Amino acid sequence: MAYTLKINGTDHTVDVEGETPLLWVLRDVLGMTGTKFGCGQALCGACTVHLDGTAVRSCQTATEDAVGSAVTTIEGLSPDGNHPVQVAWREANVPQCGYCQSGQMMQAASLLADTPNPTDADIDSAMSGNICRCGTYPRIRAAIKQAATKMAGAQ
Amino acid sequence: MRHDQMLGAMIANVSRRHFLTGIAAGSLVLAVGLPVRADEMKYAGEGMPHGLRDDPKIFIAIAEDGTVTVLCHRSEMGQGVRTSIPMVVADELEADWSRVKVAQATGDEERFGNQDTDGSRSLRHHFLVMRRMGAAARQMLEEAAAKQWGVPVAEVEAVNHEVVHKPSNRKLAYGALAKAAADLPAPAPDKVTLKDPAKFRYIGKGETPLIDGFDITTGKAHYGIDTRLDGMVYAVVARPPVFGGTVKSFDDSETLKVPGVLKTVTIDPTPAPAVFQPLGGIAVVATNTWAAIKGREALKIEWDDGPHGSYSSEEYKATLEAAARQPGAVVRTEGDTDKAMAGAAKRLEAEYYLPHLAHATMEPPAAVVRIVDGKCEAWSCVQSPQATRDNLAQRLGIPVENVTVNVTLLGGGFGRKSKPDYVVEAGLVSKAMDGAPVKVTWTREDDITNDYFHTASVERVEAGLDESGKPVAWLHRSTAPTIVSIFAPDPKHEADWEMGMGLVDMPFDIPNVRIENPEAEAHTRIGWFRSVSNIPHAFAVQSFAAELAAAAGRDQKDYLLELIGQPRQVDLRKLSVAWNYGENPEIYLLDTGRLRGVIETVAEASQWGRTMPKGSGLGIAGHRSFVTYTAAAVEVQVGEGGALTIPRVDIAVDCGPQVNLDRIRSQMEGAVIMGVSLATLGEISFKNGRTEQTNFDTYEVTRIDAAPKEIHVHIMPASDYSKPLGGVGEPGVPPIAPALTNAIFAATGKRIRRLPIRDQLAT
Repeated sequence: MAYTLKINGTDHTVDVEGETPLLWVLRDVLGMTGTKFGCGQALCGACTVHLDGTAVRSCQTATEDAVGSAVTTIEGLSPDGNHPVQVAWREANVPQCGYCQSGQMMQAASLLADTPNPTDADIDSAMSGNICRCGTYPRIRAAIKQAATKMAGAQ
Repeated sequence: MRHDQMLGAMIANVSRRHFLTGIAAGSLVLAVGLPVRADEMKYAGEGMPHGLRDDPKIFIAIAEDGTVTVLCHRSEMGQGVRTSIPMVVADELEADWSRVKVAQATGDEERFGNQDTDGSRSLRHHFLVMRRMGAAARQMLEEAAAKQWGVPVAEVEAVNHEVVHKPSNRKLAYGALAKAAADLPAPAPDKVTLKDPAKFRYIGKGETPLIDGFDITTGKAHYGIDTRLDGMVYAVVARPPVFGGTVKSFDDSETLKVPGVLKTVTIDPTPAPAVFQPLGGIAVVATNTWAAIKGREALKIEWDDGPHGSYSSEEYKATLEAAARQPGAVVRTEGDTDKAMAGAAKRLEAEYYLPHLAHATMEPPAAVVRIVDGKCEAWSCVQSPQATRDNLAQRLGIPVENVTVNVTLLGGGFGRKSKPDYVVEAGLVSKAMDGAPVKVTWTREDDITNDYFHTASVERVEAGLDESGKPVAWLHRSTAPTIVSIFAPDPKHEADWEMGMGLVDMPFDIPNVRIENPEAEAHTRIGWFRSVSNIPHAFAVQSFAAELAAAAGRDQKDYLLELIGQPRQVDLRKLSVAWNYGENPEIYLLDTGRLRGVIETVAEASQWGRTMPKGSGLGIAGHRSFVTYTAAAVEVQVGEGGALTIPRVDIAVDCGPQVNLDRIRSQMEGAVIMGVSLATLGEISFKNGRTEQTNFDTYEVTRIDAAPKEIHVHIMPASDYSKPLGGVGEPGVPPIAPALTNAIFAATGKRIRRLPIRDQLAT
């Protein structure tokens, strides 16, 4: 069945089963591979995207449920790759393998949109759903604080 | 037998043409070959299958616009090698970093030399090689410029991407010189002059941004699982839940009704020892991954569990314990341990248990393979591109020269992706689909239930102490199923290269020592996991040292330093060590001064000896692995109901001369967290031959909220670049678990002898 999804500001019509997780539509049907598969059970956060600005796990978001919402993926987080979170991530050399970082950054951007000046407890609470096996957590924490500073300065 | 020798034997009969073409079409390539020195044979990079290649023609290309492209033949899995290797070349080449690019080599060891990205040896083995190639290219550029100007080469100097003639203030850019330089004869090996390390621009300087940083932060980075080809279909595989199991019968009628499912394909099991070949099973091929997953759920398979259907971790632990309580094969002996033990004033013994672990790389195993006109091409996240090529060729019956393996970024490796069984699966399914491009994706459940697991071990240590509490005798029995079990039928003992990881090379200065390796059988796939056997060995040795300190009523750190003894340099062969991480034991000695140095560094940084509040404690551990010395001081706080928090970890690393300081730091940070993860949560257990864990809900890993609040990395200064390099990727892990449990003992008096800690502090 055909569904029209608004992704990064552009409408895409896809012909899939309505229950198909948004993750696989993004990756396999539309070729937007920046959103990663990690567990398929909303346990790791690698597939995090924004639905109307809020972080969700795309592996647990049915295509039919995403219709009518604005979907934002890592490819659309900023037009030029310079969202404060992305800049802060690069300045801190956060990534090791980098695989989980799309999800980490989408989660962090969502956190900062809701909580511009997060405490350590806020960061723990918002980011605990996102696993990094390389162990970049200290730099993720530092980069979120740096991004918060950048965003505050920009206002 | 060393694993690299086994791999070497597997590929020894393969001959390939040695193509001499540049890496980038249209680039002007410098041609110079520097033969490997014969007296360096046997150890280090030359001891690896296919050894080293140091031909800048293959590794360095300079385009007319001056862009320098460095070929990286090692796999990037987060250690930063795609940044560090070009850094080394660029420095010797006097290249401007902003004009340096990296290209990734395909799997071809005849051409590139050994590509096995494991064992913490990329820079250890390739630092000097990369320097020599960069320097040779620099000298040829200088010579070309001197010729063009008609001046002595001694008057010109390469500086930041151009050659300068100071007397006349003339300059020529690298791009303008590349063609002329390429036409010159190569400098003889003894005429290649390495840069004075005092003039390094990038090496050891710190903050070079990651070469893939922009792509990673914008979602453009290409991992194995991200490969897309025209006409590609998607597959997942139902594999036997028990190691060695086979399909008795299956019914795919419901599967074929799932929308999007195209076909099922039987993958034959590989008879043991299967090395890196697939487990077998039924592949479901579909138009997208989700349809393949749904199709697999609808499969009805009756399995024959085979010989390991009763594998149970609780029973196996008891089996290992029984083995460790009996004498085993003696692998090191000094003095008369039995006599010294009998005459000791006090005797202590302890048994430690460490379970299997799954790697759980965030990118699960995935590969795309297609076969066109008898030629096979693969795209995958592999640590062993040549083994991938050889295994595809072998299983598909395609000559190896017709197999191309493109290496993508790896979303984590940790040793899992040294074993390319998943790529062979994609090849077999492609073959069954008339060569169509097929992507095989392992789900997280596949990854956790069918991994090549880290071994499980029982480590039993006994010591006899004299009246002063000083040990006079040490007996360590280590028993664990060996990785050799994937290469050879039914081995019962750990290999030299497993026992050389912190067991036989035990560094304490004790007069009577005996180390034994009782038998153990493997009942699942065992494979390299970051730091490998150093994890159980360091846990036992460093925990028991702390137990002895407590028994002697001594400070843990002071006692540990006394056990290590005065600084001395030991040829490990004198301790019966048969394997020194593949390195020359005359060059890479056991240097107890360096081990003491890292321990003293973290002791000072953590303010060892300070008064701690109730429920808080500091623990310490030091270890040599991958010819590098690391130590950690962990601070814990154990609260109500046993709630564990880790306010701070200090880790010191002495890896000799350093290349990429930021990546050394990040590897240590990551190693601390992986060490905390395996110590507190990590466990794969078997029941009826099946893992009891399937995803991150049951196989838990450390998340940001439970990670140490502060990690301080201390890199021991080493400015003498003539000294040998140590490894970096793995050595950070082994000291973490014992430092953590030693801290818990300091905080609570409770000694943890079984990992993971999980809820042991609640009781």
